[in-house]
Amino acid sequence: MNTKQEPQRFVIPIGPQHPALKEPGNFQFTVDGEIVTKAIVRLGYAHRGIEKAAEERTWIQDLYLIERVCGICSHIHALAYCLAVEQLAHVEAPPRAQAIRVLVAELERIHSHFLWMGVSGHEAGFDTFFMYSWRDRERVMNILEKLTGNRVNYSANVLGGVKFDLDQEQIASIRGGIDFLEERTRHYLDVVATDFMFLQRTRGIGVMSRAQAEIMGAVGPTARASNVARDVRKDAPYAAYKEYPVDIILDERGDLEARFEVRLKELFESFHLIRKILDTLPGGELTARMPRKVPAGEAVMRVEAPRGELLYFIRSNGSDKPERLKIRTPTICNLTSVVKLAIGHQLADVPMILAGIDPCFSCNDRSVQIRTSNDPDGRMLSWDELRQHGIDFYKRLEK
Amino acid sequence: MKSHQNFGQQLLKSLKDWARVSSPWVLHFNTGSCNGCDIEILATLTPRYDLERLGVKLQASPRQADILLCTGPVTRQARERLVRIYAQMPEPKYVVAIGSCAISGGVFRGCYNVMDGIDQVIPVSAYIPGCPPRPEAVIDGLVKVLASIHSPGHKIPSDILEGALDPEKVAA
Ligand code: SF4
Repeated sequence: MNTKQEPQRFVIPIGPQHPALKEPGNFQFTVDGEIVTKAIVRLGYAHRGIEKAAEERTWIQDLYLIERVCGICSHIHALAYCLAVEQLAHVEAPPRAQAIRVLVAELERIHSHFLWMGVSGHEAGFDTFFMYSWRDRERVMNILEKLTGNRVNYSANVLGGVKFDLDQEQIASIRGGIDFLEERTRHYLDVVATDFMFLQRTRGIGVMSRAQAEIMGAVGPTARASNVARDVRKDAPYAAYKEYPVDIILDERGDLEARFEVRLKELFESFHLIRKILDTLPGGELTARMPRKVPAGEAVMRVEAPRGELLYFIRSNGSDKPERLKIRTPTICNLTSVVKLAIGHQLADVPMILAGIDPCFSCNDRSVQIRTSNDPDGRMLSWDELRQHGIDFYKRLEK
Repeated sequence: MKSHQNFGQQLLKSLKDWARVSSPWVLHFNTGSCNGCDIEILATLTPRYDLERLGVKLQASPRQADILLCTGPVTRQARERLVRIYAQMPEPKYVVAIGSCAISGGVFRGCYNVMDGIDQVIPVSAYIPGCPPRPEAVIDGLVKVLASIHSPGHKIPSDILEGALDPEKVAA
């Protein structure tokens, strides 16, 4: 019997069947036994050519295109675009419009965080959690639908303002919904912080130190969970965030548990902010006049999407179409951290580490290929099987 | 004797139809959509709308799926994968195009990297319009597909698949 243990090398590509995301990726993990030794990410699978398409459409048509960069955070994309174009045209949306923009942005954050919470619960094999959080999420979807007429892609923004107003009945229903969601969030925070099974999958996993987070340029809740105080809402307040400031939620542990807690605690900030906006909604117009042609120039706009900093760059040549539009989304900043963090971890933790950055995680059909040195053809695993592998792995540990 | 055989076949067919209609397994594939349609499909499966009460089960493997739910305008990279998934599904198979993108390319129509709709690549049995369609619309569309399984004469031309697998024919 051969007792000498050769280190085994496997290469595990995940993807490219991952095209749901703004930045769908192909991840290749090299593993030694159960431990990941190398990770590579490759992007570009759902590339639709939006930036190019935007150059061929007018400023107003682009608004609807931009909103569909991502269905989960559609409002914030449109908001960043509107703010940048308004900046170019030297137009400022009226205060009431800005407040409504922030209101919808925070409602969107709530829906996005609930969605993420459910999906990462699912990745951990905690399907009950998934179903409950999605049930509760319907409450905020109701609010958004009542407010804007759509469940997804709300089209709340127009260039120079917003499209709809709030009435007393809507304000009352938002308040009711927020109260309910706040109570549920408290419950989830409790589950995330105390459930033994869940903690096993999150505590001490994927730890990212503050220095690492800064070097890798992590953004959003992922960075804040590593104690990096970075939040565009605070650093460079846009829309109505000057009048309605938020507190930055920080955590110094930097592991998955911290990322869960930061996101959940952020929700309380959102609830608080929404109540404040409803209490002190400024009156006045909803839109400002916007010229059809935007003066030549360049503008950069940063906003805080649910997943982190979102950056828009627009160049105008004075016509009715943009000359160049550049979008940088938060997931691309955070992906580097996944590549780094996965190294040294169990393969079983990979799904959770990936889910931890909230990479717009709605797709399911990733495939995983395991290649061994003596079996070059490799073995295909679906993402589901990898997920199951993680769940089983931890079940075995328990025994 | 002949009627005997016919009766047997009839029985078998109705049994199969019954099984298919009572518990269709669906596979969800995203061909480059904006996520909007996908979160609505997920919402359809979760407690508020609870598609599972119709026996629908979300399945990860194409080899066990009856119905393929497609979203997105089909990016060039995703096309090959879509065809492969379609080829892997056992007969009879049904494809539902969900959302404006999947129907015609929607807002992305004409972008250099998209194919402008699922039916440019594989045959589609049902279209559910909307950007994104509401969960109720998704349920309605699926129910109609299930009803069509009963109706005779519903057949998916297999020759299209051969064409779909040949990149040159597709490009033409
Ligand atoms: S139809 Fe609309 S919601 Fe669906 S993928 Fe296309 S743009 Fe997104």
